[in-house]
Amino acid sequence: MEVLSNNNLYCSAALAGLYDVFDPEIGLNVVDLGLIYRIDFKDEDKTIAVTMTLTTQFCPMGESITSDVQQSVSNAFKDYQVSVNLVFDPAWSPDNISPEGQEYLNR
Amino acid sequence: MPVSDPGSGLQQTTSYKVVLPFYVFAAVSFLISCTLLLLNTDIFHQHYFQPQTLAITHLMALGWGTMIILGASHQLLPVLIEGKLDSFLLALLSFIFAAVGIPLLVTGFYLFNTGLILQSGAVLINASVICYFLNVITSIGESKKYNIHAFFIATASLWLFTTTFFGLLLVFNFSRSWLPENSIEYLSIHAHMGIAGWFLLVIIGVASRLIPMFLISKYSSPVSLWWIFALINIALLGFIILKSSGAYPNFYYSPFLLVLIALILFGYYNYKAFKERIRKHVDKQMKISLLSVAMLLLPLLSLLVVIYSIRENSRSNMVLLYGFCIFFGWITALIMGMTFKTLPFIIWNKVYQIRAIGKTPAPKELFSEILFKVMGLLYLTGFILFFVGILLLNNLLLKTGAVTLLVSAIVYVINVLKTVFHQAKE
Repeated sequence: MEVLSNNNLYCSAALAGLYDVFDPEIGLNVVDLGLIYRIDFKDEDKTIAVTMTLTTQFCPMGESITSDVQQSVSNAFKDYQVSVNLVFDPAWSPDNISPEGQEYLNR
Repeated sequence: MPVSDPGSGLQQTTSYKVVLPFYVFAAVSFLISCTLLLLNTDIFHQHYFQPQTLAITHLMALGWGTMIILGASHQLLPVLIEGKLDSFLLALLSFIFAAVGIPLLVTGFYLFNTGLILQSGAVLINASVICYFLNVITSIGESKKYNIHAFFIATASLWLFTTTFFGLLLVFNFSRSWLPENSIEYLSIHAHMGIAGWFLLVIIGVASRLIPMFLISKYSSPVSLWWIFALINIALLGFIILKSSGAYPNFYYSPFLLVLIALILFGYYNYKAFKERIRKHVDKQMKISLLSVAMLLLPLLSLLVVIYSIRENSRSNMVLLYGFCIFFGWITALIMGMTFKTLPFIIWNKVYQIRAIGKTPAPKELFSEILFKVMGLLYLTGFILFFVGILLLNNLLLKTGAVTLLVSAIVYVINVLKTVFHQAKE
């Protein structure tokens, strides 16, 4: 699933780190799992807004995953303030999983 | 480095402090149940209305099955109803009342002290169930998500309350006969409210959400789940009416048939979820949980024999076989699988929730997979030996089966404790 952004260059840098953030149950990273919807950068006030979802509402691992996502993006952009917005509309579905993710889960 | 708090819209999940005591209590109850089973294998040669049989059955039904389901459902209710658990205090009270009430009730049955011990146990268990029921209803009311899973869990908790309240009436009926018949005459109604109304509904309600979720399956069929829900409830109400009106035994086949259709639909639901899964690798915890769905066939077959021979005196060991297949078969297999699917997450969240990115163990690494495999093999061997032992009324098989089940319970408890006391490596 394509991650939307207002800055594709910065977005690629953020995603590079997010490939190391895993859903502990599924064992797949949050990007290939299709949890990240968009990443918006505001240079003027040095903020980054990550809009993402979870595989289910009230996921017991939700706090851990969102915290890792924030940490990962903060590590890539040390001068920026990062916020994570959790949304459930649209809800996650298995169709969000990337072809690479599907291949991993098929093993 | 300026970092804001994570997550607007972050959803609060149930604290491990609420859930863990239920798991530990259940594990200890299972161990004691298996010990009592080993010490009392002779009860399988007698009528099912025996103090030791009542004690073991209630310890398995309440201490083992219900306690772990209560614990897990406090954690999973938010996932099912897409809303937070309404009250941690009610959850805590539910545990405290049950943790005191269940040992009293079981001791009362074992010693057949039908006075204060049994009565106070029954009252406390009812207090616990009322707390749980209120928590479920208010949580669903707050979430305003009235999906099929919410209906399953709400109706199941209502049946749980009906079961324990009816049980309370039966307990008081021992010392003061104010019901029209002896308590023994009402046992099958009390038992089936619990088995079909509570266990079957809650397990199907939760499993129909979790099995596709863990398998990452696209399959979903609310319509078939509504049918299953309706069929089980109609069957149970029908059975209660038939039993209360003293109907001709052949009429009991009709509720049996309705439950059978519901279970076939549920089996098909699981089959479709399994076939349409994205995650091809199915772990051992899921395999044993899926096996438990198939194990439902055994109590159904023994129930068929019980109904067929309802007017004969020789059906007592079939009734015991039916109860054994439900509590030591279906429910135990499901719990053994689901414990190591849910407990590691609860502990993982407790130990690793706030962590730096880097290498942390996966939740499945918190318990020993070898011990899990050993437990599974011992359990299946013990179950089969004991099952054949009841059928043949063979004491050697009963003893060997009970020893094997006890060893599997010990391995289960060790693995649960290993998970519960997991610490992060420095």
